[in-house]
Amino acid sequence: MAKAIGEVIIDIEKCKGCDLCVDACPTETLALSGKINHKGYHYAIRIEGDCNGCAACAIICPEAIITVYRKIVKSEKVVA
Amino acid sequence: MNQNTTADIQEHTVDESICSSENLVYTKPQTLTDDPMHYCPGCGHGTAHKILMEVVDELGLQSQTIGIAPVGCSVFAYHYLNVDMQEAAHGRACAVATGVKRMMPDKYVFTYQGDGDLAAIGTAETIHAANRGENFLVVFINNGIYGMTSGQMAPTTLPGMFSTTSPYGRDVETMGYPLKIADLLALLPGVAYVTRQAVHTPANVRKAKKAMKNAFEYQKKKLGLCLVEIVTNCPSNWKMEPLESNQFVNDKMIPFYQLGDIKKPEVK
Ligand SMILES: Cc1ncc(C[n+]2csc(CCOP(=O)(O)OP(=O)(O)O)c2C)c(N)n1
Ligand code: SF4
Ligand code: SF4
Repeated sequence: MAKAIGEVIIDIEKCKGCDLCVDACPTETLALSGKINHKGYHYAIRIEGDCNGCAACAIICPEAIITVYRKIVKSEKVVA
Repeated sequence: MNQNTTADIQEHTVDESICSSENLVYTKPQTLTDDPMHYCPGCGHGTAHKILMEVVDELGLQSQTIGIAPVGCSVFAYHYLNVDMQEAAHGRACAVATGVKRMMPDKYVFTYQGDGDLAAIGTAETIHAANRGENFLVVFINNGIYGMTSGQMAPTTLPGMFSTTSPYGRDVETMGYPLKIADLLALLPGVAYVTRQAVHTPANVRKAKKAMKNAFEYQKKKLGLCLVEIVTNCPSNWKMEPLESNQFVNDKMIPFYQLGDIKKPEVK
């Protein structure tokens, strides 16, 4: 079985905290931070979770500030 | 602004080994400048800019594309769209695009216009450019309201929808019916392609981008005017949170402004 592991990089200073990426993420990997950026917005952050690099967050982001990477790793066979 | 924040959230540490160019699946298009956009949080203008520039990037047309910016919230589109841009007076983008395209017929020309710009003050310019079958793309951002001037009723405002000039909701008896200008333009023989799309979900963003790409391809074949309408939100003037405004797009705007191709050319 191959598994996709994703990684997202968010340009937090340009984030306006609109929440669209958090809502779009199928794996609940994103959240809005309790901290604010220099413009005063609660910016989006990646939290622990199984990001699979689907890029839904980046595609919905109106500011185009999310970069997504995806690596396919072959996991070892699990003996049942 | 948002209540869904957590103070003591467990932030993830980036695994640098995954972040290499061969694993890259999405990054900002090169043709979008690095300037932070002035749009309100969650506004669809940013999304529409982004996919338009992704198409220009993917087709390798940055040096061959000329855009016409409107008056409205996207009046500063030329700060973000890193192609040759010309500003037009309110509503006159299609007239300016006509001149540009006729002088430089091999360039790819687009206008980017709101519903106040295209369907109210610019109705004449839009209809006549369409009727002449001018060969450019019109990106029409329909958010059902005048965004920039703080939320007056537009021709596209839904029946019963609130705005500063219809504070009790749009009464069609006295204020007229919402104008489906895309459907009207599709009747004209000079018009090659009319499609209505949205950008409120990732799947819709993908489809809207495909529509813009189609329009560039039809422009190359000089088939006539192409119009890509984007049904979108205006969270600030609708007085909604961004997610709530996208829900309104889904529940109220799209049932009225139904998505899909209204007219498609036969391409050999
Ligand atoms: C000739 C002229 N008339 C009126 C205005 C005022 N004005 C500026 S933007 C605008 C409406 C913009 O609405 P829309 O095209 O829907 O764009 P949005 O701001 O919603 O993106 C109006 C009426 C103007 N700038 N110029
Ligand atoms: S890439 Fe997909 S799974 Fe990963 S954070 Fe973005 S939306 Fe979630
Ligand atoms: S006023 Fe409305 S259309 Fe204008 S930037 Fe804000 S949300 Fe977008």
